[in-house]
Amino acid sequence: MSRSQKKGPYVDERLYQKIEKSRKSGNREPIKTWSRDCTIIPDFVGINFLVHTGNKFAKVYISEEMVGHKLGEFAPTRTFKGHSGRSKAAPAK
Amino acid sequence: MPRILGVDLPNDKPTHISLRYIYGIGPTTSLRLCEEAKVDPQRRARDLSDDEISRIAGILDREFTVEGPLRRQIQQNIARLREISSYRGSRHRRGLPVRGQRTKTNARTRKGPRKTVAGKKGVKDK
Repeated sequence: MSRSQKKGPYVDERLYQKIEKSRKSGNREPIKTWSRDCTIIPDFVGINFLVHTGNKFAKVYISEEMVGHKLGEFAPTRTFKGHSGRSKAAPAK
Repeated sequence: MPRILGVDLPNDKPTHISLRYIYGIGPTTSLRLCEEAKVDPQRRARDLSDDEISRIAGILDREFTVEGPLRRQIQQNIARLREISSYRGSRHRRGLPVRGQRTKTNARTRKGPRKTVAGKKGVKDK
């Protein structure tokens, strides 16, 4: 079920503060985050994130089209290298 | 046989059923269309007058996305998901279920006919 409209999108408070801060300081450094469930809002466009995948951090550059999705959607958590014994390799990405 | 929006030829069924032969028109929209065009939904489609047909076509034109444009819209939405390298996009690309269904079994609609692998028994040997 989708989220109630009246609540508005879920945005991680602390992550948001971090973004504000990095914007003020003009710091272009990617922001490391674990909150994969945070909705991407228009303020995030143009920021580099490092989104936790449970193991490593995936680089995610936010483009305008990603608004409304969640950070985790762009940081896959599974690595599938294909089945054994199958000569034809799984199609790339 | 009446013809609406170029290609669709609904048949001798009641109007509200016939309208559903248009891609993008289901039970609900079909009934709504009949109501708005002031057509009895139970009357056979072959008995529709030209005037009624053009009324229905007019409403479709104004208020609904159907047929080609709808198909295109859906494809565009999928293409967008692919482009932004989202999880859903990658599932579309791989032809796997997009909405978190299990893939250990089932998922045959997306995966197509079973591809049996030789020498593989029920239990996975690791």
